[in-house]
Amino acid sequence: MILNAEIISKKYMRKSGEANFFYAVRETSLALTAGSITGVIGRSGSGKSTLLNMMAGLLSPSAGKVTLDGTDLYALSDKELSVLRNQNIGVIPQGQTGLDSLTALDNIKLPYALYHNDRQIDDRADELLHAVGIAHLADAYPSELSGGELRRLAIARALIMQPGIILADEPTGDLDDENTATVLGLLRKAADDGAAVLLVTHDADARQYADVLYRMDAGVLAEA
Amino acid sequence: MNIRKLPVKNLERKPVRTAMLIILTALLSLAVFGGTLVERSLRSGLTSLETRLGADIIVVPASAKSQYDLESILLEGVPGHFYMKKDYLDKVGKIEGIEKISAQYYLATVTSGCCSMPLQLIGFDPQTDFTVKPWIRQNYSGELGEFEIVIGGNINSAVGKTLKFYNQSCTVVGTLARTGTELDNAVFATAQTIKALIKSSEALGLNGQTREDPEQIISTIQIKVQEGYDIDDVMNDINIHITRVQAVRTRSMISGVADSLAGTAYIIRVLIAAVWVLALVILFAAFAAMVNERKREFAVLRVIGTSRSRLARIILAESALVSLLGGVFGILLGTAVVFPFSNLIESKLGLPFLLPGTGDILLLAALTLAVSVLVGAAAASYAAVKLSRVDTGLILREGN
Repeated sequence: MILNAEIISKKYMRKSGEANFFYAVRETSLALTAGSITGVIGRSGSGKSTLLNMMAGLLSPSAGKVTLDGTDLYALSDKELSVLRNQNIGVIPQGQTGLDSLTALDNIKLPYALYHNDRQIDDRADELLHAVGIAHLADAYPSELSGGELRRLAIARALIMQPGIILADEPTGDLDDENTATVLGLLRKAADDGAAVLLVTHDADARQYADVLYRMDAGVLAEA
Repeated sequence: MNIRKLPVKNLERKPVRTAMLIILTALLSLAVFGGTLVERSLRSGLTSLETRLGADIIVVPASAKSQYDLESILLEGVPGHFYMKKDYLDKVGKIEGIEKISAQYYLATVTSGCCSMPLQLIGFDPQTDFTVKPWIRQNYSGELGEFEIVIGGNINSAVGKTLKFYNQSCTVVGTLARTGTELDNAVFATAQTIKALIKSSEALGLNGQTREDPEQIISTIQIKVQEGYDIDDVMNDINIHITRVQAVRTRSMISGVADSLAGTAYIIRVLIAAVWVLALVILFAAFAAMVNERKREFAVLRVIGTSRSRLARIILAESALVSLLGGVFGILLGTAVVFPFSNLIESKLGLPFLLPGTGDILLLAALTLAVSVLVGAAAASYAAVKLSRVDTGLILREGN
C-alpha cells in the first residue's frame, strides 16, 4: 500500500484578500511505502502536522493531490473518504485523544464498531491492550490514564483495523524516556509487520527508528 | 462496544453538563405546556360559561338588579335569592320575538344545622326548561323526581347519598362535569323540589326574602329569542312594556369576564414567548458551547473514520435524548403546578378555570415534547453544521 503526496501545498489567508497569505506547507511530494518508517523532523510550526493531516485526508490541500494506491483521497465523497480512512489509515493525533465517555478497551474498539455490529474484534483488542502494555487498564477511563498510557491507547486504536498506513503526529511528545522507547518500538513493529509509517516528531531519538528521514523547515520538506 | 450506545455513554459520563441541558429544555417545555394549559383552561372556562348561559336574555326583579351582583348569582352560582310574582312569566311571554321561555327558582342554603353546606339551589321547570336540562343531560339521563338533586362537580357527595337542606333530605342522582365556575358548588332540582324547600326555609324562619306563596313566585325568567329578531330589541321591549322587572342580555354579563380573560391570555402568551426566546437563545448558546468544548473529541471521531453525517447523527441523538428527558420533566413539572393549584389559579385570576379533557392534555403534552425535541435538534444541528465547516486537521492543530 502506497500513500503518495503529489506536489501538495497548503496556504492560509491571514486576512481577507489574496495578497495576504502564508504557506504552511510549500509544494511538497512524499511517498510512504510499506514496511518502512518515514520520519519528518522539524521545529514546532514548521508545517509537519499540516503535511500529516493532508496525507490523512483530514485537511484539503490548496494544491496537489494525495493518493492511496492511485485513489485521489480528495476526489472521494466524505462518506467514501471516511470509510477509506477507517479501513486503511491509522492516525495517531497529537495530545490526549481518548474519548472520555468510553473505557480504554472501548476506545480501542471504536474504529471497528463504527462500521461493524459484531464482537469479532474482541480478541484483537485484547492482544493490542497487552501489546501496548495497558491490559490492566482495560476498564479505566481516559481521565484515569497517564500521558504515556494515553499515547499507547491511541497507538492501539490506530492499529485495531490493521491499516496499511499509520500516521503518527508527535507520538512521543511530553513522554519520558521509557515511554518514548515503548511507543517508538510499537511503531517500528507495525512497520516491520508491513505498514507504511509516517512519524512526525521533533524528538531527536526518533531518528534511530526511521528508515528515511526528512526535515521540514518553514513549510519546505528536505532530506535530513 | 456498540456505536449506537455512544450518545447515551456521552451523556452518562458528563452528568453535570447533561443535567444543565435537561434543565434548560425542561424550562422550555414547562413554559409551553404549563402556559398553554393555563390559557386553554381559561378559554374552556369561558366556553363553559357561554354554553351554560343558553338563554339570550334573563329577566330578574328590578329590585334584585340594584341589590345583588347579578352576574355572580346568575352566571357563577354565588349563593343568593330574590323573587317576583309568577304573573310576570305570562306578561313577558307575550312580548314578540320570544322562542322559548322558562322560569327558575333560587334558594341559598345556610350554614346552620338545617343544611349540609352553604350553597346555591337552582330550580327549573322540566316542562319548559332549555338551559339547565341540556347541561344536566350530559351526566344524568333520567327525569328528576321530587327531592332528587343533581350536584355541581365540586360538591363533596356522590350519587345515592343524601344531602339535607332546611331539614329536608334530598337524594343525589347525578354529578355534573366541572365548569370552572361557582356553579360547580350549586345544586339543581325541579321547581317543585325548590318550592318545597322554600316552604321549609320559611317554616324555619330562615328565608327573609318573601312571605308569598312559593307556588306564586319565581326568581328569574330565561328567554331564547326567535331567529330573525334582534335580542336587544326584545330586551328593550320587555324593559319598556313591563314594569318592576329588568331584562338583562346575558352576553353583556360575560363581556367583563371575556375582557379579563383576553387580557390574561395575552399576558400568558407574552410570557410564554419571552421564556421561549430566552430559552432558545440559551439553548442555542449551550449547544454551541457544548460542541465547541467537545470539538477535539468530535475531531477524533473523524480521524478514526466517522463521516460528517454519522457525527451529526451522534450529536443529534444526544440532543434528542436531552430534549426528550427535559421535555418530559417540564411536562411533569407543569402538571405538578397547574393541576393541584387550579383552584388557587382560578381564585387568584378571578376567572373561570376549566382544565381541558384528558385527550386534549395528552395531545398538548405530545406537541410540547415534539417542540422540545425539534428545538433541541435545531440547536444541535446549528452547532453541528458550524463544526462540519471546519477542517478536522485544523481542529486537531487548535488543541495543541
